[in-house]
Amino acid sequence: MSMFERKPLAALLGALALSAALSACHSQPVRNGQPLGLGTPVDAAQLAAWDIDIDADGRGLPPGSGTVAAGQRIYETRCIACHGAGGQNGIADRLAGGQGSLATKAPVRTVGSFWPYATTLFDYVRRAMPFDSPQSLTPDEVYAVSAYLLHLNGLLPADGRLDAASLPRVVMPNRDGFKVDDRPDVVGTRCLKDCTPGS
Amino acid sequence: MPPYLPPPGLDAGADLVADKSAKPPGRRRFLQGGAALAGGAAAATLAGSARAAGEVLPVPAWTRSQGRPVANPYGQPSGFEGRVIRRVREGAQPPFPTAASSLTPLADIFGTITPNGLVFERHHAGIPDIDPEQHRLVIHGLVERPLSFSLNDLLRFPAVSRVHFLECAGNSGSEWRPARKLTVQSLHGLLSCCEWTGVSLGTLLQEVGVAPEAKWLLAEGADAAAMTRSVPLDKALDDALIVYAQNGEMLRPEQGYPLRLLLPGWEGNISVKWLRRLKLGTAPWQSRQETSKYTDLLPDGTSRQFSFVLDVKSVITGPSGGQTLKSRGRQQITGLAWSGHGRIRRVDVSIDGGRNWEEAVLQTPVLDRALTRFSLPWLWDGGPAVLQSRAVDSHGNVQPTRSQLIAARGTESAYHYNGIQSWQVLPSGEVHNVHV
Ligand code: HEC
Repeated sequence: MSMFERKPLAALLGALALSAALSACHSQPVRNGQPLGLGTPVDAAQLAAWDIDIDADGRGLPPGSGTVAAGQRIYETRCIACHGAGGQNGIADRLAGGQGSLATKAPVRTVGSFWPYATTLFDYVRRAMPFDSPQSLTPDEVYAVSAYLLHLNGLLPADGRLDAASLPRVVMPNRDGFKVDDRPDVVGTRCLKDCTPGS
Repeated sequence: MPPYLPPPGLDAGADLVADKSAKPPGRRRFLQGGAALAGGAAAATLAGSARAAGEVLPVPAWTRSQGRPVANPYGQPSGFEGRVIRRVREGAQPPFPTAASSLTPLADIFGTITPNGLVFERHHAGIPDIDPEQHRLVIHGLVERPLSFSLNDLLRFPAVSRVHFLECAGNSGSEWRPARKLTVQSLHGLLSCCEWTGVSLGTLLQEVGVAPEAKWLLAEGADAAAMTRSVPLDKALDDALIVYAQNGEMLRPEQGYPLRLLLPGWEGNISVKWLRRLKLGTAPWQSRQETSKYTDLLPDGTSRQFSFVLDVKSVITGPSGGQTLKSRGRQQITGLAWSGHGRIRRVDVSIDGGRNWEEAVLQTPVLDRALTRFSLPWLWDGGPAVLQSRAVDSHGNVQPTRSQLIAARGTESAYHYNGIQSWQVLPSGEVHNVHV
């Protein structure tokens, strides 16, 4: 500090300009819009344990299969405590029933009545269920318990089986029940004087 | 009806100052009109201060001894502010406390920035304790160079800081039902606003090189829900942030430490916390959180999907549900307004349940897709009143009434409630949630 104080201002500015010029020789200014070269390349093998998403067409479904019967056994040991017998009356989300209720005053949204794609069921159960031990089921177990839940909703027979080919072909009752955001459907009005309340 | 007071005068050292450039002639009239009410205001002030007139001011203990030493490692609010905390909704007992929410105490915070410890929470599998050294953000799928970024990598990109609100799509959802006498925290507290710092997602996408056929990307969290949402690529390139800090410090664990997505103006759920992966693809994935949840069921049984933007909205936070006005006379009506479409242009306030409206004062600066503080002084004559606020945004969207919303959407759509809130003030001074 004291060294700077003794120097005349002009000399100080000159020294600063020189050091700026020197440092410019050693570092590259980064141009906007150019990749910075940060980050590390990553390949499919490294990513395998994370790359678990299933899309609506079933891309990403792993090899394996499971039956409704095997699924019932898994459900009754791993799921029933929270979701209830037959997917109803548990402390967690209801998983069965409600078909035909969506346009009523008391709609019941479940996998069977509401979900548009069966692939979502596999994707979600594999990543997040059972709640107390996520990502602990094998692909065969996820196929099986998915098959059982679809069976509970009348979407797969008692002797049904699911695999990567058959799961995306399950036709969900509410498949065409969704439309992309079409708001504004409600337009407010800016009345200031003698307005009708609540209108 | 009790008259409005003029807004604080520009020469009175008021901290809430109207944007003068916006409407100079109207403002002048407002002040002149206010002069006529000055007599009434002065009378009320006299009545209010009479109570304290005989008070002798003592020298308290804290003036006669040393306070606590410096180096309080992380500062905490005064012990007298212990009621200002997040809470779960009154009467709610979440069966799974890790798949639950807590609400911001909107009536007890000031200005527009939510303190980090009070930002609302919504988790689907609890708050993970993520080691930032081990955490990675992977961007892959339809890209030229799949890359994995450490936090350290991300800190080397140009940092961007922006103030934006965050609101859960389910905020105010109990208002679809008959009015319950809840506080503003319980009714509307899934709402906060922070200065978010991070990297523009567009910058990262440039780094990996987006394939021409990519249209959507999947965002995935590293929590035990491994939560996923599909994001349109246009939004990702437009204004999405990969955030590592909020209000000047690293993200709080409950806000996604060490990394989260932030999509300004969009429903909170899609701003995926604990972000670990972005995968580019051609179509939405139809994940559970964009089919089973966060879709808006309409009376005909169909549902609106990918309803991302949060519409224009406002709420009076004081006086508000559960509070009691202590005395007649001057009150300060204050509240928050916001819109996922842009800036707040104006907020109107009614004290007679929506018959007549007066324009409130907006605290500046008014920022894009951020909470905006409004206020309006009010002389309460002790009679019944119903307070309402109505926001208008920079796109001309006007906040609708509850009945307009229900006429269009029924009562089962669960999300995206943005109706005008009504607070009834009883002669006792008690304030309750009502529907008019
Ligand atoms: C410890 C309790 C618990 C167990 C055990 C459990 N779940 Fe769940 N499940 C939950 C909770 C809680 C949710 C909602 C999570 C949220 O809010 O995001 C849920 C949600 C679901 C959903 C989504 C429901 C919807 O409509 O969105 C499905 C499907 C599901 N579970 C399937 C299963 C299956 C299959 C099993 C057994 C392999 C299982 N669960 C075991 C607690 C549990």
